[in-house]
Amino acid sequence: MPNPIIKVNNLSKCYRIGVQGDRWRYKTLRETIMDGITAPIRNFAKLQNLTKFGTSDDEKDVIWALKDVSFEVNEGEVLGIIGNNGVGKSTLLKILSRITEPTEGFAELRGSVSSLLEIGVGFHPELTGRENIFLNGAILGMRKREIEERFDDIVAFAEIEKFINTPIKRYSSGMWVRLAFAIAAHLETEILLVDEVLAYGDIAFQKKCLGKMGDIAKGGRTVLFISHNMEAIRNLCKRAIWLDKGRIVKRGAVDEVVRDYRDNQIKRFAGSSYIVERNLEDVNNKSFYFSHVEMLNTAGEHTNIFRYNERLVLLVDLVGYPATRAYNVEFRIHNELEQFVSIGSSAFHGLLLNKNTKRLRIEIGPLILTSGRYTISLSAVDSVTGIRYDDWVRCGAFDIVECSPFGFGHEIPTNREGVCVLQQSFRQVE
Amino acid sequence: MRIIIKAKRGLANLDFKEIWRYRELFYFLAWRDIKLRYKQTVFGIGWAILQPFVTMVVFTVIFGRLAKVPSDNIPYPIFVYAGLLLWNIFSASLNNASQSLVSSANIIQKVYLPRIILPAASIVVSLIDFVFATLVFGGIMVYYHFMPNFEGLILLPLLILITIFVSLGLGCFFAAFNVKYRDVRYALPFFIQLLIFVTPVIYPASIVPTAYRWILALNPMTGVIETFKAGIFGTVPIDWMTLGISAGVSIVFLILGLSYFLKTEKTFADIL
Repeated sequence: MPNPIIKVNNLSKCYRIGVQGDRWRYKTLRETIMDGITAPIRNFAKLQNLTKFGTSDDEKDVIWALKDVSFEVNEGEVLGIIGNNGVGKSTLLKILSRITEPTEGFAELRGSVSSLLEIGVGFHPELTGRENIFLNGAILGMRKREIEERFDDIVAFAEIEKFINTPIKRYSSGMWVRLAFAIAAHLETEILLVDEVLAYGDIAFQKKCLGKMGDIAKGGRTVLFISHNMEAIRNLCKRAIWLDKGRIVKRGAVDEVVRDYRDNQIKRFAGSSYIVERNLEDVNNKSFYFSHVEMLNTAGEHTNIFRYNERLVLLVDLVGYPATRAYNVEFRIHNELEQFVSIGSSAFHGLLLNKNTKRLRIEIGPLILTSGRYTISLSAVDSVTGIRYDDWVRCGAFDIVECSPFGFGHEIPTNREGVCVLQQSFRQVE
Repeated sequence: MRIIIKAKRGLANLDFKEIWRYRELFYFLAWRDIKLRYKQTVFGIGWAILQPFVTMVVFTVIFGRLAKVPSDNIPYPIFVYAGLLLWNIFSASLNNASQSLVSSANIIQKVYLPRIILPAASIVVSLIDFVFATLVFGGIMVYYHFMPNFEGLILLPLLILITIFVSLGLGCFFAAFNVKYRDVRYALPFFIQLLIFVTPVIYPASIVPTAYRWILALNPMTGVIETFKAGIFGTVPIDWMTLGISAGVSIVFLILGLSYFLKTEKTFADIL
């Protein structure tokens, strides 16, 4: 294995954070005056401690933003860094950019580095677009000659030819962002550290930025790329690391790491609306009604988050005595555009329910639905007359969180791409 | 190119090669400060001439005419202006440098650059002002038919250099100190304003009783300004000893200021 271009070894960083001091309480005048007089002494001590760290590990206001992070990156590789907010991703990049120092550990970078932690650094509103290109370019590390050479490309990428000599305080926020990104996109160092800079601008511009990032990635440069956009991560990176609370939780091939991260997110954020009790006001005079519904997956776990092609299980409780010998239970699914997606009925299966039915298990799937939020409504209907004994509208909601059915990373959301994705195949023929 | 990143202990070294590599950024930051000063103004760079001129007029009226401060038989306007010329480099540089880190906080937190460039670039603006103020000085001397002594002009570059050393040294120190203890922003301008009275700008050193002259000598700007006046006017011989003390003190300030700056540099991004 050739010598890696980036080597990170047990990098750790701690910070002192502000902790809520004494709760405010009523103070006597004497106490207030004494506090006022001794304030400078206390302030001085507090400020002094900003950069000192004691040896005891359990100081309440000291946190480890990064702890024992180690990894290697080879030349030409694009490494994705993912994780929730506040886990240390930006801190890692700040350390590798030499903006802040690690508390422990070391890192080695063998090549010229530029970091893109934020676009438009150093932009001054009073200066014109042209002046800011030179200023920002110089701050990012470009030579004057390099800026001059790339000047026209930058202006063309940003599409602001007409406004290049206007002070940027007159620019719209879109123009501002386009200019800032255009400058950053023309950095040509061997190593590039990028922190979430694709989240700006309108859709068209974001596509342009993504395209440019793709060019950079294919151009043989080494890139460390932080993003929350799993799509972008999967398209640009071959490997990824997942950070949580300052440590690497998983590393490996990008699809694996992203999948595990997604699963973890699902587990943490699934809503609790998968067990629903009927609101008794709804019911008041009914002698027969749905009382309780639970939503599960095929493994028997309560959830309301599913992926394309998975199956959903409903456990429905019925209470009371129907005024008929036989009835059907139907479910209806609507999507977030309130379009009627699908219906199901016990009648389709030749199952007739009677007064002895207290609990039903309904399994629905494979869910070939586009990603988005769906609602389920239940009704109990007389099998002969069609009289509705009970309607429980929107008793449950579920999300299809991932609809990329054919494995090529193409997300298919509901609001533009229809209600469902049918199985399909494409093949070239002579 | 190989970069090693790890926690540094003790004094960081001044990496001259790296600073040289970043010389263009130094130029751009100075250029930015100069450009920004006169954006959207009508008189533009004219203000650089107006300000020292007006100060001189005010000082002449109050100290020269009303208070009748002696001026070694030189027309008071010229006398006080000569002192202000170098003094303004010092006071403007020190004020700008001390705020340079805090006002560029967003740059420091998002990009790497040798931080020393920031206070250094902020000093350039006052040097540009000095050039314009010198033009005004020339005009005043013509008005009074005053012929400056050659010695003063020859020594001027050296005096400017000493002033830069003092400003850079103190500027870096206060810039770094200000990052952590923001009191500097309030204390320093006030302190500089008082300092002008302990410097022979408005008055000649000769009015200070000999017993107390040493207090003035401790101030490195004393030697600089006294020497300039003596050199230009030729009325009093140049006091080489005071100049020597000034030069020595300025070098000490520079070394101490830079050391403190470099030592605390690694914490800037964390506490700005």
